[in-house]
Amino acid sequence: MRSNAPQSAGRSFFLRLSNPVAEVTCAAKEEGRNIAVMQGRWEHFSHEADMGVRGFGATKAAAFEQAALAMTAVIADPATIAARESVAIECEAPDDELLLAEWLNQLIYEMATRRMLFSRFAVAIDGGRLTGTAWGEPIEVARHHPAVEVKGATYTALRVARAESGWIAQTVVDV
Amino acid sequence: MDTNLLKRRSEHEWEIPQRGAMRVPAVIYGSEALIRAMDHKVYEQASNVAALPGIVEASYAMPDAHWGYGFPIGGVAAFDPDQGGVVSAGGVGFDVSCGVRCLHTGLARPDIVAHQTSLADALYQRIPAGVGSTGAIRLNAEEMDAMLVGGAKWAVGRGWGEAQDLERIEEHGHMQHAKPGAVSPQAKHRQRDEMGTLGSGNHYLEVQEVTAIYAADLAAPFGLKVGDIVVMIHCGSRGLGHQIGTDFLKRMAIAAASFGIVLPDRELACAPIKSDLGAEYLGAMRAAINCAFANRQILTYLVREIFADVLPQARLPLLYDVSHNTCKVEQHRAGGTVRALYVHRKGATRAFGPGHPDIPAALRAAGQPVLIGGSMGTSSYVLAGTAESEARAFSSACHGAGRAMSRHQALREYSGRQVVDDLAKRGILIRSPSMRGIAEEAPDAYKDVAAVVDAADAAGLARKVARLEPLICVKG
Repeated sequence: MRSNAPQSAGRSFFLRLSNPVAEVTCAAKEEGRNIAVMQGRWEHFSHEADMGVRGFGATKAAAFEQAALAMTAVIADPATIAARESVAIECEAPDDELLLAEWLNQLIYEMATRRMLFSRFAVAIDGGRLTGTAWGEPIEVARHHPAVEVKGATYTALRVARAESGWIAQTVVDV
Repeated sequence: MDTNLLKRRSEHEWEIPQRGAMRVPAVIYGSEALIRAMDHKVYEQASNVAALPGIVEASYAMPDAHWGYGFPIGGVAAFDPDQGGVVSAGGVGFDVSCGVRCLHTGLARPDIVAHQTSLADALYQRIPAGVGSTGAIRLNAEEMDAMLVGGAKWAVGRGWGEAQDLERIEEHGHMQHAKPGAVSPQAKHRQRDEMGTLGSGNHYLEVQEVTAIYAADLAAPFGLKVGDIVVMIHCGSRGLGHQIGTDFLKRMAIAAASFGIVLPDRELACAPIKSDLGAEYLGAMRAAINCAFANRQILTYLVREIFADVLPQARLPLLYDVSHNTCKVEQHRAGGTVRALYVHRKGATRAFGPGHPDIPAALRAAGQPVLIGGSMGTSSYVLAGTAESEARAFSSACHGAGRAMSRHQALREYSGRQVVDDLAKRGILIRSPSMRGIAEEAPDAYKDVAAVVDAADAAGLARKVARLEPLICVKG
């Protein structure tokens, strides 16, 4: 029987340690799961057919930003994506978890219709309302080597919660 | 999965007895080896589906079932609208009407050997595939709605195919009762540039050779013999379907409580069939089915153009086109009466038995073709619906191999370049914009499709007709 437990993804594999943030993340991960999460970071976790994305941050908004970065890394190496055009995003939902799914789904919509990839995010959350900005650039297949398109953010393993000293925001995305 | 949790009904039929909130039992089809290898999540998800209102007979899982979203992938469930039955966006999935189309070519292996590389290159150059790719067709608002109502019939009307193609597509290529007005502007926007695109992930276009015939009596009416070359296209409703799934998952999750529906998992979000929201989803989902039909029809047109340039002697009529992410209204015998049921198939293929009126006349006596796509480098299969399939799982069969390892694990184990080189040594040409995508889709990242197909055959879900092996694979 296969293990059902979400597993850490070995993020360095995707990024080939090509940016310093990745090194920070990998160093943090070696210390184990329950590390202090004052510093934003993200990771992937396994789903049998698809990919789990998980963000950690000092605030809920920061965890949402990191989850978005994790989603970008499902598609391509964020280090290859220049944050040179901004897209404003607004969405709302009746609770934190649906708001996370909505945020990621809005990004998926913007990526699909603008044919862009995003590598930097800023989020503010006020109750059930999110206002955010995503920075990125148009997809260039030869440079970004996109592996797969994300169809939608699911409600599988969907969780937004306080972690030891910050927040965690995660879900599985359908690819 | 722990088989001690199951009651073995027969060699290939395993029951999760009704318990707790379950309204019916769950039934999983597969060999003991497949069941043991199956994720325990399938047990949980099949049990959860069995708890949904109005479910009839049982919640089923096919031999390729794996951990999905709410419903297991490889899940089948039928709901009776007169018993409070529901329709679930999660039970259909994000890629509405994802499916497989198989085209004859009239060619045999020796005809293409000398042209394999040029054919692979031409297909890769002219079939839009992969992240960010766009088709050549742009639809204005009026044409978008016409496409959503007309499906492949619309595409043929626009010159992208022939009238006889429509006979070989489920619903004659035209899903009735589609409601473009129920499709959000966002979903239509997402589709604007995506007509005639393959997508990415496990979607592909392959040129394959028939390498084995298991049932000569069925292969003959299907027009298949050893050595024949066919083309198989696996893709769905593209951005439009994905957005419809997203839109209605949210709306159903929020509205569930107002319908008095308790969801053990929010991904099971659903609405009564007899509700405005349920009706709206059905109208939008049917529009997405038409989008998938139209998309595969346009891809077929492109394939025919390419063959006309590279191998002009080829003729490419359809063998069949069948989807594996749908909810369809079908007449089935349940509880002693024949009723109209809303059959959800999420990663499961419809498999009508011989004589069913919805099967094309030329194939009707044989049973509906069931097209099982492999992964790059692995075999694909053609099966046929059986007389007993209706009693097994409302005329349903498997849809593919199912993943054996996550995308992560595949990335750790394989290099895309190595996979391409290894397959080239076996005479299989891979063309893809993404080496990482190829690593994630490595053949060995999937379960043994042969074991899945054998189990479907042994369980009576569908009968094995032919094995197909790839020569060219264009991967998104």
